[in-house]
Amino acid sequence: MYVYDEYDQKMVDERVEQYRDQTDRFLAGTLSAEEFQHLRLRNGLYIQRLAPMLRIAVPYGMLSSTQLRKLAHITRHYDRGYAHFTTRQNVQLNWPKLEEVPDLLAELATVEMHAIQTSGNCIRNVTSDQYAGVARDEIEDSRPWAELIRQWSTFHPEYNWLPRKFKIAVTGAEGDRAAVQVHDIGVRVLRENGETRFEVLAGGGLGRTPIIGPVIKQSLEPKHLLTYLEAILRVYNRYGRRDNKYKARIKILVKAMTPEVFAQKVEEEWVHLKDGPETLTQAEIDRVRKHFTAPAYEKLEDHVPAVDDLLADNSGFGNWVKQNVKAHRQPGYVIVNLAMKQTGIAPGDVTDEQLEIIADLADEFSFGEVRVTHEQNVTLADVPKKSLHDLWTKLVEAELASPNLGLLTDIICCPGGDYCSLANAKSIPVAEAIQRQFEDLDYLHDLGELDINISGCMNACGHHHVGNIGILGVDKKGEEFYQVSIGGSGYEDASLAKILGPSFAQDDVPGVVQKLVDVHLEHRQGEERFIDTYRRLGIDPYKEAVYATWEV
Amino acid sequence: MGSLIKNNTVLESDEVTFLTLQEYLDSDNRPQAVWLDAGEEIEAIADFLDDITAIALNFPAFSDGRAYSTAAVLRRHHNYTGEIRAIGDVRLDQLEQMARCGFNAYQLADGQNADQALKRIEGFSVSYQQTIDRDPLFRHRA
Repeated sequence: MYVYDEYDQKMVDERVEQYRDQTDRFLAGTLSAEEFQHLRLRNGLYIQRLAPMLRIAVPYGMLSSTQLRKLAHITRHYDRGYAHFTTRQNVQLNWPKLEEVPDLLAELATVEMHAIQTSGNCIRNVTSDQYAGVARDEIEDSRPWAELIRQWSTFHPEYNWLPRKFKIAVTGAEGDRAAVQVHDIGVRVLRENGETRFEVLAGGGLGRTPIIGPVIKQSLEPKHLLTYLEAILRVYNRYGRRDNKYKARIKILVKAMTPEVFAQKVEEEWVHLKDGPETLTQAEIDRVRKHFTAPAYEKLEDHVPAVDDLLADNSGFGNWVKQNVKAHRQPGYVIVNLAMKQTGIAPGDVTDEQLEIIADLADEFSFGEVRVTHEQNVTLADVPKKSLHDLWTKLVEAELASPNLGLLTDIICCPGGDYCSLANAKSIPVAEAIQRQFEDLDYLHDLGELDINISGCMNACGHHHVGNIGILGVDKKGEEFYQVSIGGSGYEDASLAKILGPSFAQDDVPGVVQKLVDVHLEHRQGEERFIDTYRRLGIDPYKEAVYATWEV
Repeated sequence: MGSLIKNNTVLESDEVTFLTLQEYLDSDNRPQAVWLDAGEEIEAIADFLDDITAIALNFPAFSDGRAYSTAAVLRRHHNYTGEIRAIGDVRLDQLEQMARCGFNAYQLADGQNADQALKRIEGFSVSYQQTIDRDPLFRHRA
């Protein structure tokens, strides 16, 4: 993974001191609350319902075991012994003290971490594919490009006060695990005649107005990546709406101009920037790529009888391997996913002890590195297949072996009304009620892949628009209700979910999910996935099943 | 109004009179100073830049970032070398970003402490991007 040089370190260290000064001035009363709000947000600090919340950046989800141990230490000393993995591959703390945040940041800086631009109307942490570098369907490793974008966007003086927040995702695989079609900018790394090229999408997004982003540039040469992004950002910064925060995202501008006209405007701006100083040099591309080379793999047999023979049966180990372990490009290695979705624990939550155990397991089994996924899970990307059973045994002990990756109970869920001051409704108890309704593992495995996404409000941090089943908390005259939608996907077959009908009380949600699942089981053909059955049938049978017996 | 920072010096004010964009476009002679609000396009005066010595760009609120791009376009696309003055809601914590985009004069908002301004303009010792006075970091990185 990327390792800081003196320049990277200097910037993070100087930011800690700058932020400390801003905090001191706020506490001394010489910096207004309004101004400090904008400044602290640009360093990831929200003031929430119960306490401040600090969002720590994990660039494209990569963490070392050293960083995990530091996070464990920080949750213990500055918080209440747990942290939360977010839907944007970041880590959040729920209980830091405002006056201690500068010290906390100084500790993070010692392990090359920070909270820069994890909130506010600026370019946010860049996200990517959690299987980058190891996936069998990979075209090219997306991480060097994500890192180059991270550096370009960090403290960019021109784009720190955009009309609204701005999120960039990069993928370099056939399958899209980075949701590039629902980002402000999505970058697809492709190969054309053996050369690296980019396809650039702009104006996708979720929130109040979900839109699948259109492609605005094809066959972009690598050296032009930053100048082209600069052109998009400048057009957006100049012409994006600032009169209404709900219409301020780039997707509204692209839609209003039409993607064709927007692309034309970007081209006109790009003419001035193309081949200018921000044009990437081969030396820089090579320098960054060197940080993402393959680890020192052993020569191993791909067939491991001790593992392969267990897959047929429904043992705990067999189920876990079938669901949570994915194919690796290196013979004899596998990708292991820890589903952070134990029933009764908020999706994505992790304790300080678990963080340390994950760090130890990463050292023992996966070259000391892990990745955080946008499904709020953790990936050990380079595990020898022969060590799987050993690893699984240790995961079971640590309660990190939930065999439900990608299944109905692997729910993506925002912190919701329990923590977040923006939320209309709670989301964590809804997730838990659904998990309790579907506790039978054999049933879940039989049901197959099914994404449920829950957001506590229109801001859509739980990405409910792209859930196979999406659940949105709404406020009806002061009471919490839940609108259910169906048919979304955040992957390469991206689609936006359609609203089923009138919303439901919290207690009714698990029953509604059950009815939707029943329709699927009744109509599915063979091993058909939930989303595919829905696409074949359309929304009506689901609607009927849910509302026929429902008194609205 | 707060102090004026110009040429790295704190002044109370100076003698420059800035016309609005409309006044400028309506005038028969060629005035030397004009101010633009956020959202007014610099392209409107692009043909006259050789004769303009000072352009003020307004920040209607410190959170409105349009003027950063206007300054960058003036310096980079039009090679404008005269004064670019930040006016309006100009606060200490944004001076560095303004300087790096090409501003070189700052009319501070009320209550902003001029003593701290020069230090703020300087800001971080390194930056990844191309700025007004330096190439991107990667061009001189080992």
